[in-house]
Amino acid sequence: MKFCDFVSTDAIQSEMASAEKEGAIRELVGNLVNAGQINADDAESIVAAIMKREELGSTGIGRGIAVPHTKHPCVDKLVGTVGVSQEGVEFQSLDGEPVQLFFLLVSPPDRPGDHLRALENISRQLRDDMFCKFLKQSKTKKDIQTLLEEADNNQFVS
Amino acid sequence: MSASESRSITVANEQGLHMRPAYLFAETAAKFQSEIEVAKDDLRIDGKSVLSILTLGAAKGAQLELIATGPDAVEAVNTLAELMETGFPESKGSETQDKV
Repeated sequence: MKFCDFVSTDAIQSEMASAEKEGAIRELVGNLVNAGQINADDAESIVAAIMKREELGSTGIGRGIAVPHTKHPCVDKLVGTVGVSQEGVEFQSLDGEPVQLFFLLVSPPDRPGDHLRALENISRQLRDDMFCKFLKQSKTKKDIQTLLEEADNNQFVS
Repeated sequence: MSASESRSITVANEQGLHMRPAYLFAETAAKFQSEIEVAKDDLRIDGKSVLSILTLGAAKGAQLELIATGPDAVEAVNTLAELMETGFPESKGSETQDKV
């Protein structure tokens, strides 16, 4: 699975405004609403479900990366978005570092395989130091889109 | 000379090695002094890293090779194989509900 298979390009955000966890998640979910990927009426319920999942253990997996996610019946395919924070967000990550790179995923309840393949793609790409570094330095939505396209074309992971 | 121990295992939990089982595995692996590696097809990764475990994309039924090298290699393989083959019992409660 590639980024273009699940990342809503219109929902990508550079320079996230929020410096705290729930605000950051709300911002990312709001972007999915604005991009027409989910209904505005479902946003609160999705934010609540993602926060509930975070209580089981932070999805901040270290290296300034977090993958907040949930299953939700309002989607019939996996939808995701990417957000980059310049300042970093306190996220109770594994390594205690603030999170700069967000990959937020909302999956249909009956498709665990797609979720797994999205995680596989995200983790493979983010293991590449250059990809991580360039993403953290992105200043515009276009920068992020270009990096994701390059990653999809295997320019970072051989 | 460090002892080395390896075993072939099958991923048992329904949803595969998604984030929480990956955490649990890495957290358990980190308790051992031995170096822990997990191999799937041509990939061989550090079993103490959540990010690395996720790169396996291991679904239910996937065949993995567990390799431990170090003073507690046998114990490490026994413990980690059991975790994997019993489908991560500690995470089961919430997994059967609505979380990934």
